[in-house]
This record gives sequence, structure tokens and C-alpha cells, in this order.
Amino acid sequence: MSRPLVTAGFLPLLDSVLLVLAHEMGFAAQEGFDLALNRETSWANIRDRAALGHFDIALMLAPMPIAASLGLSPLATPMVAPVMAGLGNNAITVSAALWSAMADAGAPGDLAAGPAGSALAQVVRTTGRKLRFGVVHQTSSHNYELRYWLAASGIRPDRDVEIVVLPPPLLPEALGSGGLDGYCVGEPWNSVGIVRHGARIATTKASIWQWSPDKVIGMRADWASRNPDLVSAIVRAIYRTGLWLQDQANRMSAAEIMARAPYLNLPVDIVSRALTGEIDGGVQRITIPDFFIPHDGAANFPWKSHALWYYSQMVRWGELPASSDQAAIAAATFRPDLYRAALDPLGVAYPDADYRKDGDHAARHATPARNGEIVLGPNRFFDGSIFDPDALDAYIASQKPDQA
Amino acid sequence: MPSPDLSILIIDENRIRASIIEEGLRDAGYSRVAVIHDVNEVGRTIQHSMPDVVFIDLENPKRDTLEHFFSLSRAIRRPIAMFVDRSDGAMIEKAVEAGVSAYVVDGLKKERVKPILDMAISRFNAFSRLTRELEEARSALEERKIIDQAKGILMKTRGLSEPDAYALLRSTAMNQNRRIIDIAQSLITAANLLGP
Repeated sequence: MSRPLVTAGFLPLLDSVLLVLAHEMGFAAQEGFDLALNRETSWANIRDRAALGHFDIALMLAPMPIAASLGLSPLATPMVAPVMAGLGNNAITVSAALWSAMADAGAPGDLAAGPAGSALAQVVRTTGRKLRFGVVHQTSSHNYELRYWLAASGIRPDRDVEIVVLPPPLLPEALGSGGLDGYCVGEPWNSVGIVRHGARIATTKASIWQWSPDKVIGMRADWASRNPDLVSAIVRAIYRTGLWLQDQANRMSAAEIMARAPYLNLPVDIVSRALTGEIDGGVQRITIPDFFIPHDGAANFPWKSHALWYYSQMVRWGELPASSDQAAIAAATFRPDLYRAALDPLGVAYPDADYRKDGDHAARHATPARNGEIVLGPNRFFDGSIFDPDALDAYIASQKPDQA
Repeated sequence: MPSPDLSILIIDENRIRASIIEEGLRDAGYSRVAVIHDVNEVGRTIQHSMPDVVFIDLENPKRDTLEHFFSLSRAIRRPIAMFVDRSDGAMIEKAVEAGVSAYVVDGLKKERVKPILDMAISRFNAFSRLTRELEEARSALEERKIIDQAKGILMKTRGLSEPDAYALLRSTAMNQNRRIIDIAQSLITAANLLGP
């Protein structure tokens, strides 16, 4: 009997590694299905073609299925995310000229978000023109991360700078031609900016918010409910792929696969940086073991509290009004229940709770789990704030005042 | 009836396709049609033409940029909706399959937009058909060259006439249930491996 075929959309980004390896390394086949991978040119295409059913599943920006479920996107279709495609993997890159101004203002070049942000704030105050930053999509982790970093550093994202949207592969070129002063994007497009255009990495997602979510495997809610077994198989395949890739010994073969023409079509030296955590920031080479986390610390577990954090940022930046109904829709988009149902047959450990606090642990820490022990990674925001999903309204209120 | 007062903006990096769509719209009686090839020009153009409908091809990676631009809505001072109507699933499906994405300014009556979108979809389809035919013609030419080369090898090594060489290729293909081009390709590969 032939295996069912799952069509999947992805963009040329390192975050698609779990999807690609599930196909290339046979983890999908092992779970009884085949993947047909379709490389797309824009996040809007991914979203629309997933909404229309051209793709069964897709690598999506974590806020994307939430926005679709909330009716923020054009073809608003309820979407779900039963499994995360790893944590981290983004950075904020700036032009050589902007970096030189930031260095003069005291940025140390160690990729830490705090000092880099303070230096940028000083540059923004003293530069005659508005600096322009690029992000990959409006409802993207990148947009919210960049804004979070700017705002916490004392820069008003909608007044002091300009933020524009460009697809990931076009960002380095836009920086090189002077159209942008900086951008927030997933790897390998930061490293490409370094190598091809002399850019510098100012800071990383891993420093702004440690072990934070970025991409999900998203799908239409009705497709998921019609195909429960397939959804379980997909979750298990992503889980197994993540487990395999968590092993540092497998990172270089993963980089070699991702470097190939159908995926990133880039030199393996550039592709391997985020996977091995050996980041060349353009100022110095720095080892960041947590730059990308494919599996560790329940990295594939879709915490409902993370969906709520993205919702809090949508409210913060005026994309929708705060309401408990909307918050409930956002939380319902992430489906830890589907994750657990899929993993039960494997007997592996998974978190007990659907929600957790973030920002309250500077080190690894255990969390209540089923089937053994789960150790989560550090989860601090660089400004020291704490996100408590039980105090969502207070969190949103605390972020409001005069930051836009 | 076409509404000649409607302003339409086409954004397509493929100039030929853009001109095919533009021509169709003009033929259909829409006179206010603007075409741009680069999303970066959209700001300036929108200030001039204040489009009621915007077409962009799905291959254009800057769709995200365009959506963001619209969502800021400073340029057009009106909110936009994508496609004709969110509820018109079949139409959206058709448009996306054809490779066209339409952004329609809110408040525009569906009846006025539908014929434009229909026209654009059929023109998009016609263009992809043309492209496909061109592609096929090109690959037919390639195949012809390969078969000629294989015939040449047979004529030289087996002393066959050209019709006999072709007949041998064809009967081998039939016996093995493969295409002539595949047989010809294998023959050339084998001949290269065996040397001059």
C-alpha cells in the first residue's frame, strides 16, 4: 500500500530544516507518510495556499496561524499548530555604517541585546534621518522581536524608525544597496548579509528572549480535524527529526542537505553557522550553543502561553483590540493536546501544563511532566520583564504607554 | 458592462504577461489601467492612480511588502480587502491557481470587480499556456537534436541509412516500452562511454 502524501509549503530558511529532514532522512516515511515539499516565494503565498488547501501543512511564522484564526489575514481561515519547528534561529543584522555608529556609541559587539539596544538608541537620537529596518512579514516573530528590542531599548518603533516588510532572501541585498539600515530575519540570511555585504549582527533572538518560539508547522483547523492520524504522524515525524538534529554530530550533515539547490542553494559554510552555533557576527566569531534549538527543552511543544505572548504583541502594536474572546482564540490555535496525543504511543516525556511563565528562569529548570522528566531552557527577556499568562491584561497594560 | 471609471493597477515583474493583462483590460473598456514592474514604485504610482483594484502575480516575492504597504493604508487612505470577497471561495481558488492575487479596495461592489478578475484570470491562464507551449516547442527541438545525434552514431557504426537508423531507434523503443528520446539518449551515453 502506498503511503499518503502530505503537501507542505516552505520558504528558503534554515527553520525549514525539520520539515526538509523529515523528508530527506526518512522520518516522514517511518511514520507512514510522504512529504511533497513546495518552495514558495513569500509568506503571503504560504498563508494563502495553506488557507486554500493547496498545501496540507506549511512551515509558518508562529504568529501566522494565530493571525489567521483571529481574522487578521485576508483569507482568514482557522488554523492550528500542533508542533513547533524548533526555537531561536533569528538575529538582527545592521549595515557596516550603522554598526560603526553603534560601536562609537558603546556597542561591544558581543551580540548581547541590552548594550546593543542602548547604543542603537543613542544613534537614533543623534541621527538626522529615520533609520529603516526590514522584517519578513507583518505578523512575524521578527516584527514583534525587533519591536520588542527597540521599545525596551527606548526607541519607539512606529515613530523613531521605519519598519518595512521584505521577503527573507531579499533582505541582505536591500541592506547592501543602502535601502535598509538593518533587518531581523532567520538564518542563513544574517550570515549572508555578513559575507556578501559586510553587515554586522547586532543581536540575536536568543539574547532578546532566550529559548523562544519562532516557526510552527501550521495547518487548517478543519484539515487537522479530518486527518487526526496524519496529524499525529506529522507531529511524531517532526519530533523524531528534532531529536536526531539535536545531536551536534548530525548538524553538519543537516547543513549539507539544507545547502542544496532545492532548499537554500547557498555555500554550506554559511548554512552551517546557525546549526553549529558558531556565529560570525562580522565583528567577532561567537559560539552560541542555543542559537537554534531543534528539540531540547520541549522545543517542539506548542505552549498556549506562547500563542498568548504573540497575541499580546498584536494588541501592543495596534493590530487588534484586546479582548478575552480574542485571547481565547489565540490560545486555541496552539494545540498541545494534539502534540500529546501524537507522542503518547512513544512513551516519551512531555510537559503536563499548557501554559507557562516566561522570563522567570535564568538557567535550565525542570517542569512537571508526564512519562519522565522535562528540563526547560532559560527563558529570560533581555529587559528582565516577566510574561505571566495568568496576568495577561496586566502585561498588555504594562507595555502600552507611549511606546508606539 | 465595464466601468471605465474604475482604476486598475497591475504589478508584474514579467513585462509580457503584464502587457497581455493590460491589453485585455483595455479591450474590455477599462481605460484607467496602470502597469508597474517593481513593487518599489508602488507608492508613487498609487498616489497618481488611486487604484480601486490591484493585481499582483503570485510569483512576486514582494507580495508581503505590498500587503504591509496597504495595511499602513496611508497611501490609499482606505482599507483594502484581498480578492473580491472573502466568502467567494471558488473565485479565490481560481485566481490563486492561475497565479494572480488581487487586492481590492473595500466598498467596491462585487459585481463591478468580478468581470475584471475573470478577465485577469483568463489572461493569466492564456499566458501560462503560451509559456508552456513555448517550453514544449523548445524541448521538442532539444529532443530532435538528440535523436539526430543518435541516428548519426547508428549510421556511422552500423552503416545504416538515415531512415533505417530511425526505424531501429523506433523499434527498440517499442520493444522496450520506452520513449525514442530515452533510447537515443542511452545510445549517446553509451557511445560516449565506449569512446571514439
